[in-house]
Amino acid sequence: MVPEAQLMARFSSLRDAVAEHVHDGDTVALEGFTHLIPFAAGHEIIRQRRQDLTLVRMTPDIIYDQLIGMGCARKLIFSWAGNPGAGSLHRFRDAVEHSVPHPLEIEEHSHAGMATRYQAGASGLPFGMLRGYAGTDLASITPTIRWVTCPFTGENLAAVPALHPDVGVICAQQADRDGNVMMWGITGVQKETVLASTRSIVLVEEVVDEFSPRTNGVVLPSWVVDDIAVVPSGSYPSYALDYSLRASAFYAQWEPISKDLAQFGAWMDEHVLSTADHAAFLESLDPSLLGDLDG
Amino acid sequence: MAEQSVDAEARGWTRDEMMTVAAARELTSGTTCFVGIGLPSTAANLARATHAPDVVLIYESGCIGAKPDRLPPSIGDAILSRTADAVISVPEIFAYWLQAGRIDVGFLGAAQVDRFGNINTTVVGDYGSPTVRLPGAGGAPEIATSCARVIITLRHSPRSLVETLDFITSVGQGDGRDYRAKLGLPGSGPQAIITDLAVLRCDPETSEFVLVSVHPGVEIADVLAQTGWPLRVADHVGVTTPPTHDELRALRNFVGA
Repeated sequence: MVPEAQLMARFSSLRDAVAEHVHDGDTVALEGFTHLIPFAAGHEIIRQRRQDLTLVRMTPDIIYDQLIGMGCARKLIFSWAGNPGAGSLHRFRDAVEHSVPHPLEIEEHSHAGMATRYQAGASGLPFGMLRGYAGTDLASITPTIRWVTCPFTGENLAAVPALHPDVGVICAQQADRDGNVMMWGITGVQKETVLASTRSIVLVEEVVDEFSPRTNGVVLPSWVVDDIAVVPSGSYPSYALDYSLRASAFYAQWEPISKDLAQFGAWMDEHVLSTADHAAFLESLDPSLLGDLDG
Repeated sequence: MAEQSVDAEARGWTRDEMMTVAAARELTSGTTCFVGIGLPSTAANLARATHAPDVVLIYESGCIGAKPDRLPPSIGDAILSRTADAVISVPEIFAYWLQAGRIDVGFLGAAQVDRFGNINTTVVGDYGSPTVRLPGAGGAPEIATSCARVIITLRHSPRSLVETLDFITSVGQGDGRDYRAKLGLPGSGPQAIITDLAVLRCDPETSEFVLVSVHPGVEIADVLAQTGWPLRVADHVGVTTPPTHDELRALRNFVGA
């Protein structure tokens, strides 16, 4: 029996939610496919100096570059690591190419493979399968890619194990007062991340009395979410459709910061370690980088 | 091969523009196209803005039938989800749409390709201690597996068109001939490689890529010098039709130049 107190999501500060749910050594998935990336949660994990994390994400971008550069990660499970439209993730590359700040173990898949792994995790199955990887070198360097034969047709298919992060963290646009969560627009693997994870934190733009129907609206019932943190613009410099626009200027200016280790350290110190929370982080930035936070 | 700006000025277009225009011409109206990040997105949208208004652009972020009127900086921008016919989850786009064989053309970029159109976007150098760590696979391996055909676009140099790939991220024609059939890959794989110098096509018999067309102002010898393997040359090598006024206007309008 699940105690009744756990049936509903709890509204918490992001600081408390991260302190309670993210522990050193955990496997943590901060998901979001360009849209709704939980930047504020990544920053809070850095502020709380979490270490030895296995980070999971299809598209690690700047927030994972920061977590890796700040020494929070032991391992990365991913499918595409880059700064879309702007350049490389130099902290990620430095970790892989030169073990800076320390060696980073990597386990890499394709997007279809990662999506299948989340789906299997959400479905409570031990593995998922896909028609993929055949002929590629990924199959030879990634031990979590194996092969199964279809018992009905004999077709050879790739098998990948379910992902079960200790903590799944996503952003959504809204929660209602009962702690149900709604997101819309590009929702990536966010539903699967919450359902596959042991614990979950959802950052929302605001709390509303009632949800309205939306394009590709996805609702997560309160009882599959652990903590909800109300963090306006919590996905910045990513975006929340109908609340903000993607701050492409921030992505562009990250390239030189990420490239220079000293500049990176100074930037993280000024904007993340020295700020108390996400609102203070946003205030610390040059206003020209903020773009349109009102969408 | 560095382009002299004085040449570009005299012609009225750059080699990058020629590449994008030539890549766009590969798409026909009424086809469905899975659009990769970067150069392919520009080319696919140029096709939609010019000769192929009905092309259905599908982005791995889950946007089906996206109709952006300016270049999105990433594959998940609001302009894609706002203009799409449908927006769905990422597991669904890969399983129900790509893997199920609903998509005609996969449009991919690459860091490196070889003579059989195999693609590396993972590492330069040894996997365990790479010289350059590249972004990785993304959606490309299964796009290359399951689309009916694949078009690759990248800038031409001996470092990008290489004799031997350091890593096969996405499989093209494998080691040639009936490799894909033997492996049971559903799509026909890469059929064209469009660069800033030339157009290469897959030989139906050997599955090796062959030079079929040079862009205006480019000599066959230039292309051979910029290719990392002894490139086969077709019996008749054409000259690519230069970008038209309409193509250039649509392209520049789209990228905001």
